[in-house]
Amino acid sequence: MAATDESTIISTLSLKSTETKQPLTPGQLVWRRFRRHRMAMLGGIGIILLVLFIVIGSIVVPESRANNTDLRSRLAAPTSTHWFGTDSVGRDVFNRVIYGGQISLFIGIFAVVLEVTLGTLIGGFAAYYGGWVDAILMRFTEAMLAIPSLFLLIVLAKFIGQNVGQVTILGRTFSGSIGIVILVIGVTSWMFLARIVRANVLSLKELDYISASKALGANNRHVFFSHLVPNTLGPIIVAATLGLASAILTEAYVSFLGLGVQSPTSTWGNMMQSAQSFLEQGAWWMWVFPSFFIIFTILCINLLGDGLRDALDPRSSKHL
Amino acid sequence: MWSYLVRRVAQAILILFIITMLCFILTRLSSDPMAQYANKPGITAADRAAIAKSLGLDQPLPVQYIRWIGLALQGNLGNSFFSKQPVLTMIEQRLPLTLILMGTAEVVIIIVALTLGLVAAVKQYSFVDNLITSFSFIGYSMPIFFIAFGSIEIFAVQFKVWGLPYLPTGADIWDPKDPLALARHLVLPVFSLVAIQTAGYSRYLRSSILEVLGMDYVRTAHAKGLSNRAVLFKHALRNAILPFVTIVGLDIPFLLGGALVTESIFAWPGMGRLFWEYAERGDYPVVLGVLLVTSTAVVFFTIIVDLAYTIIDPRIRLS
Repeated sequence: MAATDESTIISTLSLKSTETKQPLTPGQLVWRRFRRHRMAMLGGIGIILLVLFIVIGSIVVPESRANNTDLRSRLAAPTSTHWFGTDSVGRDVFNRVIYGGQISLFIGIFAVVLEVTLGTLIGGFAAYYGGWVDAILMRFTEAMLAIPSLFLLIVLAKFIGQNVGQVTILGRTFSGSIGIVILVIGVTSWMFLARIVRANVLSLKELDYISASKALGANNRHVFFSHLVPNTLGPIIVAATLGLASAILTEAYVSFLGLGVQSPTSTWGNMMQSAQSFLEQGAWWMWVFPSFFIIFTILCINLLGDGLRDALDPRSSKHL
Repeated sequence: MWSYLVRRVAQAILILFIITMLCFILTRLSSDPMAQYANKPGITAADRAAIAKSLGLDQPLPVQYIRWIGLALQGNLGNSFFSKQPVLTMIEQRLPLTLILMGTAEVVIIIVALTLGLVAAVKQYSFVDNLITSFSFIGYSMPIFFIAFGSIEIFAVQFKVWGLPYLPTGADIWDPKDPLALARHLVLPVFSLVAIQTAGYSRYLRSSILEVLGMDYVRTAHAKGLSNRAVLFKHALRNAILPFVTIVGLDIPFLLGGALVTESIFAWPGMGRLFWEYAERGDYPVVLGVLLVTSTAVVFFTIIVDLAYTIIDPRIRLS
């Protein structure tokens, strides 16, 4: 009796110990480190709330209400009917913040997709092929970095944005300028990412598993996309998150200068632009609410990005 | 050292060449200088062709580029189509105003960032540190127009309503009868620039001071009985500030380009607004001129900063 008791205890003990010793996958390790980062969790929750606000808002409020002008109640301060007040042609600022958020986030995400694609390919190719490919691509990158980015952005926006029509997607009409803004932000922001990827690939490509893969007959494309890029994913994700924040901010600047998305499609940036003319008249609600949303979004994304950096690259956790 | 310098300068010239080509192609394709003559009555097609010919616009693009770069190398950036003035004269007129605005802002930013970074690092994890860190995080995430609009709303609009002395936000910044007008016009744009840009610098300084404070030689300095103040200022700060010098040095040439958004909000007639006004009109000699001047400054400052760094930090060897 006693013997069997003992053996069951031992077996349960050993079972338990193998359970706890089960090695964590890299993903689980990252998630564990990320969870400990309280500010990053806060940032993540903030972004989820923001997305929920925009999604639920767009379901409850039809787009026509956001673009509906009503000259009898123009420049009205916040009331119970117009929570965030109305703008210079009587459009409801609350509704426009919802739809503006949609466009701002949409532009931000797609600009980052373009930025990451360009940055990874240019930085990766430069490092992988080395020699004159590297020299040309890196001189080009440095040339792009030396031009003040807003200047480059303006010239580029004028270059491709001369005459664009309207685009209809899923029964909704957008100003074609959305695509231009995505293109312009993506094309002017990939340089830092390219440098990060280049530095990473340069050290990775000397490692033995790359030689092993080549010895097994893998071609350049396979080595590049199946080994080098996945192993650089950590820094890319971090750069992309922080890049999303700066893309949304850049969209706001571009639209603020009147080169971005055109009315009636609203973005947080062009709402700020239309508020500028009525600043002296004290129409504070026209700029306070959209800029509050910009700041909240950027803040949450930056917090998240910092947490991701600590989680994905524990060696660099000394940065703050 | 000398071979390094020669190689760097050769590289810089190559980069500048790429920059001029890039800028030339983009600006020439994005702006049509003939557009202003397109619908004017009394200008026939033959007149337009003559104007285009006199401006050299009838030549193919590569020829135009070579002609432009040839003149630029002789210090001639051409004339503005719109104001007919030489571009270089226009830049010389705007540059001092941009330098006043950006120089003042940069000095204030460095002083504030140094103070905040130092306080936050010394009082790590205290209430003050958390406050500074939170504010710098918020400042870091803020578009400049929020703080600019906010300061206009409070100090220009509301102060006027309350009957307090209010600050001007635009119009004539230079008044020969009232030299203080310039200073008054500086307050709000400088405040906005400082509020936005201090954040990044002070976060950076905080972390580099903290890193240095954890070093062995700092403990040695404490152990030999030095006061906290002496350790901090004579030993720690000197080393912590090194990387900061590089960052500031690399940012300085970008100041020449002015702050486009700030200058346009506060109607400050600097380089950023010059660029913006003439880019809108498609006046490409001015646009190219501003781009060339700022990017040349950026490229050469990078070399100067690298060389200066070897002087302040003897551990760095150039190769």
